[in-house]
Amino acid sequence: MLAIWIIRIILIVVLTPIVGGLLAGFDRIISARVQGRKGPPLLQPFYDVLKLIKKENIEVNKTYKFYVYASLFFIILTAVIMLMGGDMLLAIFVLTLGAIFFAFGGYASQSPYSIIGAERELLQMMAYEPMVLITAAGLYMVSKSFFISDMISQAVPAIVYLPAVFVGFVYILTFKLRKSPFDLSLGHHAHQELVQGISTEYSGRELAIIEITHWYESIIALAFVYVFFATSNPISHVFAVLACLVVYFFEILVDNSTVRVKWQLALKSAWIVTGVVSVVNLMIVSFFKF
Amino acid sequence: MNLIAVLILFPLVVSIVTFLVRKENIRSAVVRIGAVGTLGLTVYTALQYFNDGLRISLGETEMIEIFILVVEVGLAAYIIRLGIQTKKYLISVFSLFQTALILWFEFTQKHGIEVETSIVFDKLSGVMVLIVGVIGSLICLYAVGYMKGYHEHHTEVKDRQSFFLGVLFLFLSAMFGLVLSNNLMWLYFCWEITTFCSFLLIGYTKTPEARNNSLLALIINVGGGVAFAIAIVMIGMNFETLELSTLIAMKPEALVLIPVFLLCVAALTKSAQLPFSAWLLGAMVAPTPSSALLHSATMVKAGVYLIIRLAPLLGETSVGRIITLVGSITFLACSLLAIAQRDAKKVLAYSTIANLGLIVMCASIGTQEAIWAAILLVIFHAVSKSLLFLSVGSIEHQLGNRNIENMNILMHVSRKLSIYLTIGIAGMFLAPFGMLISKWVAMKSFIDSNNVIIVIILAYGSAATLFYWGKWIGTLLSNGVGKTDGHHGVFSLDEEIPIFLQAAIVVISCLAFPLISKVAIVPYLSEAFGGQAMAPIGLGNQLIMVIMMAVLILMPLGYIPLSKNSKARVTPIYMAGENAGDNEHFIAATGVKRKSELSNWYLEVYLGGKRFTFWSNMTAITLLAIGVLLVIWGWAL
Repeated sequence: MLAIWIIRIILIVVLTPIVGGLLAGFDRIISARVQGRKGPPLLQPFYDVLKLIKKENIEVNKTYKFYVYASLFFIILTAVIMLMGGDMLLAIFVLTLGAIFFAFGGYASQSPYSIIGAERELLQMMAYEPMVLITAAGLYMVSKSFFISDMISQAVPAIVYLPAVFVGFVYILTFKLRKSPFDLSLGHHAHQELVQGISTEYSGRELAIIEITHWYESIIALAFVYVFFATSNPISHVFAVLACLVVYFFEILVDNSTVRVKWQLALKSAWIVTGVVSVVNLMIVSFFKF
Repeated sequence: MNLIAVLILFPLVVSIVTFLVRKENIRSAVVRIGAVGTLGLTVYTALQYFNDGLRISLGETEMIEIFILVVEVGLAAYIIRLGIQTKKYLISVFSLFQTALILWFEFTQKHGIEVETSIVFDKLSGVMVLIVGVIGSLICLYAVGYMKGYHEHHTEVKDRQSFFLGVLFLFLSAMFGLVLSNNLMWLYFCWEITTFCSFLLIGYTKTPEARNNSLLALIINVGGGVAFAIAIVMIGMNFETLELSTLIAMKPEALVLIPVFLLCVAALTKSAQLPFSAWLLGAMVAPTPSSALLHSATMVKAGVYLIIRLAPLLGETSVGRIITLVGSITFLACSLLAIAQRDAKKVLAYSTIANLGLIVMCASIGTQEAIWAAILLVIFHAVSKSLLFLSVGSIEHQLGNRNIENMNILMHVSRKLSIYLTIGIAGMFLAPFGMLISKWVAMKSFIDSNNVIIVIILAYGSAATLFYWGKWIGTLLSNGVGKTDGHHGVFSLDEEIPIFLQAAIVVISCLAFPLISKVAIVPYLSEAFGGQAMAPIGLGNQLIMVIMMAVLILMPLGYIPLSKNSKARVTPIYMAGENAGDNEHFIAATGVKRKSELSNWYLEVYLGGKRFTFWSNMTAITLLAIGVLLVIWGWAL
């Protein structure tokens, strides 16, 4: 029993970033096609990371690199908790811990660009956090459990009861996947107004770690989408994977067809969307007492 | 019996001695011995009675009753005179009304009402005694060092340390009485004493601002006392009892709910919930030890303690619903307001009010899980907040101010203090620290009790919490090389020992929360609700959280040796290619060397102004007014 557990955990730790990296490659190809370019090969994100790891070790002070590793640790822990079917609220709290360590890294580098990026990261967290918690609350209401393993073994998929919550979650997913229009803290493209925000001072191995952390995070974000569609019926898992891919494709399109907005709009719109969908949807669910 | 009496009377004696001794060295020794003595006594008492509890029925209480009456009348006379002197006639009216009411009740109506059990030491009062005794006496210990430094920096304030330190101990004594009394008359007496102590502490500096704020605190809390007095008289006349335990055991019918509502209003004033919160924000003019005491171990905890006691009567009743909504509005509004604050003590004050709001929400929902969360919140809030206040107090001495923006140089000024402060902040919002565990359970129990609006408010409030604590820790970590030539006070051992101990308590209580739950909270719930209560967080999850905690503690150890051996090339930070040699300056447009300056976000445009506070207060007032209508309606039908 314990051996199976350990094997599963190892598989999750190893496979999650591989799938995440493939998704990133897929993302870059699609984005290129949307912009009328050919784009890099599918495995380009992996080549990039390998290249980064080989680079010279440069730092601006002694402490700031530590936070990147701390962040990775907690993000991996989140992935393990979620993919093992553990408690969703616990996973959310650990995820927050990971994300906030990343922001601390930005502060610790003492670089103006990084600190602005870190501040924006905190603001983004404040923008999306309510919706994440409400998603968990909604899923708990329809499945009577915070355990993901229970949530995905219901007879009816959660999406049937929580369509509005799902829409709200997809809205804030844009933050989590660091996609435009909500990529204020860590722009992904060549020369941003903030010179890559939090990651400005990171190079070489730490930049590679940031990239890998992001792969984990993408999968964690999509795991939430998955939970909305999976049921006790095995075939539903195929649909759930398809739903994840559709959502991800949708996010890529949004990323390529919008420009970054000011933080005011990002925060306000996220909070308003969250408020509206959660009040409407959760009220109805609680009225019928599922 | 003897031990309980000693526990209540010992701080009182220390208080009197401290007040009388004017020689600094002797007084410091008295305070130290008093604090350590109170601490030891608290722990000893808890060990004695924690398992089996204690219910004392006193036969002859006439002496105590007379003593209480005399003090109450004397206090009322003082307050009424004070109100007339300062032209705050409302205080006089409140005080006159409640004292007259109590005296009338005492002499004409009380005959025949027997109080069987006067003192109850159960698991809940045990937890409260430990909080008051341990945290409170550490704060008293800290005050010895702090006040010395305070008067070196603030030469304009008249040195009345004997008075100040004396009141601190009086406060502890009153709090012990408050959490141990089952007799409502005694409880009310201690309640009024804490009000008076807080008034004295807030007004310590005697500046016009301090005076005004202390009078404001007095008006609001004496107003709460009026509600308390009316509640006692109603309970006594309608049900022929004056015992808290008897009241709690009643059915929540209309006639019971009116005094319960009044008691809750008294609790809301004491716990500084909206719309009564102004006094706690004003209380910051007082020297830090008193703020720490008011915010963590005493005063505000008295209010939530009463609501937790009354929880079985709240729940799904109209009163319970209204109190839950008031708590949730407070939690959300104050979490948002805290974002706009730069003054460290203000952030702490708003976060205290917000967290008390959360406790009020949990307690008034009234389910077992929610009360589990409420008690745990009380514990974690007390330990973390006291650590934070004490650290900020010492930081103010080190940096000369308490603006969060200036704390980026703290790592250079005092590494120890920044670590203590970080532990305190982490205790307030990071997983797997205490507050978060409680929030988790709160969330679960709010959904279980079908309170959708409350769930949504909790989600928004905790996101705001994340933002303001996050940017504070971030500022500490950003490690700027500001000017270090400012006047740095001495970080004396008197200050450091209590701060260190409290930091240790924060960490230990987080590691030991499964144990606290098992030994104290679950047994209390089983007793209060009957049947076998259960901890709402499963064992597996508790284990994961303890592991996370251990990782967080060990993490810094992992990276220190690594970074020392690193062969990395150190480069200057990125300044768009215009570095001016150091990491501070850059070459600006006309070739001038300019310092790069950054500031955190405070969203003052949205949250800073008075309008936000005004509307939050209005919402809370409206809710309470609806509560009054509902209670009257329920009674009239």
